[in-house]
Amino acid sequence: MKTRPNYAAGALSAMWLVLVGVPIYVMVSWSLQTRDSFLDRGPLAIPGSITLSNVAEVLDSGFMRYLLNTVIVTAASVGLTLLVAIPAAYAIVRSLSWFSSTMFRIFLAGMAIPAQATIIPLYLIINRMQLYDSLTAIILPTVAFGLPLVILVLVGSLRDVSAELYDAMTVDGAGPFRILWQLVIPMSKGAIAAVGTYTALGAWNQFLFPLVLTQDPSMRVLTLSLTSFKQEFQINVPGMMMAVMMTALPVFVLYLVARRWLIAGLAGMGSK
Amino acid sequence: MSVALESRAPVRPAPAPPRRRQARVNRPNALYLLPALVFFGLFAAFPLVLVLYLSFTDWNGIGTPGFVGVDNWVRMFENEAIWDVTSTTLLLTGLCWVTQTPLSILLGVWAAGAQRNRAVLSALFFLPLLLSTAAIALLYNRLFDPYVGIGRGFEPLRNILGTTSGALTAIVIVVGWQFIPFHTLLYQAAARNIPKVLYDAAYIDGAGGWHQFWYITLPQLKNTIITSSTIMIVGSLTYFETIFLLTNGGPAASTRTLPLEMYFRSFRSYEFGYASTIASVLVIVATAISLLIVRFSGFGKMRSTLEGL
Repeated sequence: MKTRPNYAAGALSAMWLVLVGVPIYVMVSWSLQTRDSFLDRGPLAIPGSITLSNVAEVLDSGFMRYLLNTVIVTAASVGLTLLVAIPAAYAIVRSLSWFSSTMFRIFLAGMAIPAQATIIPLYLIINRMQLYDSLTAIILPTVAFGLPLVILVLVGSLRDVSAELYDAMTVDGAGPFRILWQLVIPMSKGAIAAVGTYTALGAWNQFLFPLVLTQDPSMRVLTLSLTSFKQEFQINVPGMMMAVMMTALPVFVLYLVARRWLIAGLAGMGSK
Repeated sequence: MSVALESRAPVRPAPAPPRRRQARVNRPNALYLLPALVFFGLFAAFPLVLVLYLSFTDWNGIGTPGFVGVDNWVRMFENEAIWDVTSTTLLLTGLCWVTQTPLSILLGVWAAGAQRNRAVLSALFFLPLLLSTAAIALLYNRLFDPYVGIGRGFEPLRNILGTTSGALTAIVIVVGWQFIPFHTLLYQAAARNIPKVLYDAAYIDGAGGWHQFWYITLPQLKNTIITSSTIMIVGSLTYFETIFLLTNGGPAASTRTLPLEMYFRSFRSYEFGYASTIASVLVIVATAISLLIVRFSGFGKMRSTLEGL
């Protein structure tokens, strides 16, 4: 059977491409111009000459420090998430006790908790733990709010591991930890990569927890630094655009390297 | 298809009597769940309870919260402004759903089909997913600036953030720009899973493209529409960064939503007790809407759209 091309949908997609493309084009085009050239030429004009002077300006405003903070927060969030989520998912799938199935239901319900509504009690808890204004303060709730979805995706993948494999390892005399290490983790590499990428993206791009749980510039992460760039740069819009691009650059590289897992991780959100 | 469905089913072998002793040895115990439970309990579940408690206190951000009974709740219900904030929140939620859902479905179904250059196009499509909400909001904040933005050369956009309807439109545009690619992804995955035999049968019966879309594609996407709508609606209720950085609730307070009101009351005016009341409302409304969607759509039963195939 030959399918007719869908012209209406094609036209809509072309329109969408323009809508996505124009702001991206504007961002790139502005960021490569000097302030004067940007103001002289129209906002949509192709840059007359290209300059990288804005990169230096962004670097001068403490970019590397904020980048390091974001890298620490992201790496720690991914590491901690996997460290606690993998054993939990394993127990949920393999344990026969009522406790693990109840926990699974609690985690499922946990996906409906809006993080925004918990910032006030979190601020209180973090303060009482003497963690206010530290990177740890950002990491802990980031892990907690990521867990439900991560566990759900991991459980889905672990259920595909056949019972015979577990039985075979048991016959060999393997305990639960060795099974986790030698069977569960190797068998769910794809799912682990997907949730890891997804967690990294969320940790990198988050804004609210850093906003309310840190204060000092030395603890500032990249997303938060964009708001201060906006104030510092005032009408230096090209500098601002370069800052936006530079915060997204590592994510873009990740996208090129791990596109499959990123999409799988994002799509995992829909399977709930 | 049946193979895929079977492998999805929980694999739990019934413990046969001779194997029982072994089974007890090789299965993980509750300790494996403990770390996750501690994290989730302390930083996600406990705050949910604590916010409700704080709504009955006069906490100012420092010191010990003092119990004041239902004062904050009475104050909130007597406050006219909270109704404006609530209706703005619901209006935005509605507008976001109405614009994003049809576009995501059409784009997703299109992206699921076969056409040339799809790889390049879909790579571009998903670019907004890579940027942080903060970056997108600030990008558009500059783009919509009357003095430096696109409005310099395009009159209809010049003062878009300066009027109430303009600012609301701007938020809907920015939120759509950011999230339509994600929902498109959901619909694309779902549309690819629709069995081709359904279309073949319809084609033999003489159904055209429009009929196929209306009578096969849409009904088959039902579960995805519900999932996507729930994410969209609960998400819209709780948008903070986009509005905070794009309009900051302005002009005046016309785009202030419940999360913004909560933030301004707590971290700006130090009325953490009163702000907790608003946060509690947010939790209640979001939960109620999720439950309503689940109940009235029959999603709880999770009836497969593949039944009878």
